[in-house]
Amino acid sequence: MGMYIIRRMLLAVPLLWAISLLNFILINLSPMDPAVVVLQAQGVPSITDELIERTQQQLGLDQPFLVRYLNWMLDCLQLDFGNSYITGQSVWALIGPAFLNTLRLTLVSAVSIIAVSVLLGVLCALQVGRVLDKSVRTLAFILTAIPSYGLAALLVWYFSVRLDLLPTSGMDSYRSYILPVLIITISYAGLYFRNVRSSMLSNMNKDYALYGRASGLPERVITMHILRNSLQVAISIFCMAIPIILGSTVVVENVFAWPGLGSLSIRAILSRDFPVIQAYVLILAISFVIFNAISDMINAAMNPKLRNGL
Amino acid sequence: MNVWKNSAMDKMGQLSLIVVVGVIIAGLSAPVLVPHDPLAVQMSLRYAEPSWEYLLGNDQLGRCILSRLLYGIRPSVLAVLLVLLLSVLIGAILGFLAGYFRGKTDTWIMRICDVVLSFPGYVMTLAMVGILGVGLENILIAFVLTKWAWFARVIRTSVLQYTEMDYIRFARTTGMGHGAIIRRHLIPVTFADIAVTASSSVGSMILQISGFSFLGLGIQAPQAEWGMMLNEAREVMFTRPEMMLPPAIAIVIVVSAFHFLADSLQVALDPRLRQSGLQPDRLPDQQEVAVRL
Repeated sequence: MGMYIIRRMLLAVPLLWAISLLNFILINLSPMDPAVVVLQAQGVPSITDELIERTQQQLGLDQPFLVRYLNWMLDCLQLDFGNSYITGQSVWALIGPAFLNTLRLTLVSAVSIIAVSVLLGVLCALQVGRVLDKSVRTLAFILTAIPSYGLAALLVWYFSVRLDLLPTSGMDSYRSYILPVLIITISYAGLYFRNVRSSMLSNMNKDYALYGRASGLPERVITMHILRNSLQVAISIFCMAIPIILGSTVVVENVFAWPGLGSLSIRAILSRDFPVIQAYVLILAISFVIFNAISDMINAAMNPKLRNGL
Repeated sequence: MNVWKNSAMDKMGQLSLIVVVGVIIAGLSAPVLVPHDPLAVQMSLRYAEPSWEYLLGNDQLGRCILSRLLYGIRPSVLAVLLVLLLSVLIGAILGFLAGYFRGKTDTWIMRICDVVLSFPGYVMTLAMVGILGVGLENILIAFVLTKWAWFARVIRTSVLQYTEMDYIRFARTTGMGHGAIIRRHLIPVTFADIAVTASSSVGSMILQISGFSFLGLGIQAPQAEWGMMLNEAREVMFTRPEMMLPPAIAIVIVVSAFHFLADSLQVALDPRLRQSGLQPDRLPDQQEVAVRL
């Protein structure tokens, strides 16, 4: 198992490097000259060629591509992502707290998603074909067709405006979490419970379940065996879900004015604040790779057969 | 192929197909169908109730909501279908190359796919919009650039199942050209997989693209787009919550129609599912489960 963890971590290294390179190339493909963006942000009235050239020198943009890439990567490794073109603040000071806020929202949502989808998946699998199964699946089908921003607006209108129960925006108390978490849970649990359900169903038809039943094990024990085997698929999906939610809370954060990565990234995009965009993409891509590796490790811990695959 | 005959068994699938085709035709012929100019501002009609003249009422600038909905089909649905077509095409070409020729070609194409897929597609789209600038075209470009890899991988897997089969080997032995084998023997058998994968991603793509417009990164005012209409309605949510209904309902209808269509297409194309009478319950791959906006 120890060897497996080491090998799996080594595998992530070239991927991280490829991501950093791709990220750097992407930013450099921009049709906008960063120097011009900076000058515009500083409110310089007339942007002359000379001024652009000087700014380029200040930003180190006159150096060759590879030198800039190396410098940038060395800085990034020390968590120095440069300064925002717009406010001049260090990107890390902007992104760090925002990342934590989003991470909080993500983790609370992930717990809720896992609880709801495992519960619904197991219930539906045990009741397959009955009323409960059918109604849950139909409901999930409809809910997954509703755009979450529409759902968010609807819930805000009902709970915050009509009933005046919950805050409409911000991140003040635990009550601020209720609506965003509810919306994220509805969006994802409606998809994930299907995975739990179908993997339960396929395990129910396996020989070991039949054998257990034939040898007179109580149903409860058989269900636990099935659950343990079915959760393997679910765990890898849940692990992947965390970075996905981390990156896709943008809409929810926007609707609820959540001071997280999503709001920050939209602001950065609208003002073409390249260092912030770059750091945002890098952080999310890295967490994607890390969580992916973790999910592989958990799976390997649960299923020894997988350990030799690498 | 007896797809039509089989999907005829599934009433829901049939209905969805009618909805989808109807929406596409409505979008294509929007200039003929619209009762009013979708951009015509009439401040005297702000928030007017539905009337015979304006069937769905008027928005915050007195524009005809029905006309805006109809024109909104173009960026919200037709553009998404175009993106899907392009990315499936790219994915199919590379998937066939990788799955059929194997070897180095395969390794390289799959490595590139791995890198593209290791980036969460949604973040990639945000990054591209940040770099290229705000606008629907840029979102569409970003979608093609991120989605092709997923299709390439699925199509390659599908092609791989068949390339080692005896009938393909036989065709090769008889001296049939690669192009002819792919055209005559591989495309027909893999078509079902391609159709199912493609149709099952339409729904989430529509939601995602309208989500970007909702955030103000997609199509720009005054053009009509469903996500943007919802965003405009949100601003008056406290006083006129009913303004959110038309675009929201339009999105829900179209997305569920595509979902149902994908499911019944899968049953219709997969004889095993059809005979067993099982409900299709895809285990969507992790990438595909991906983003919900």
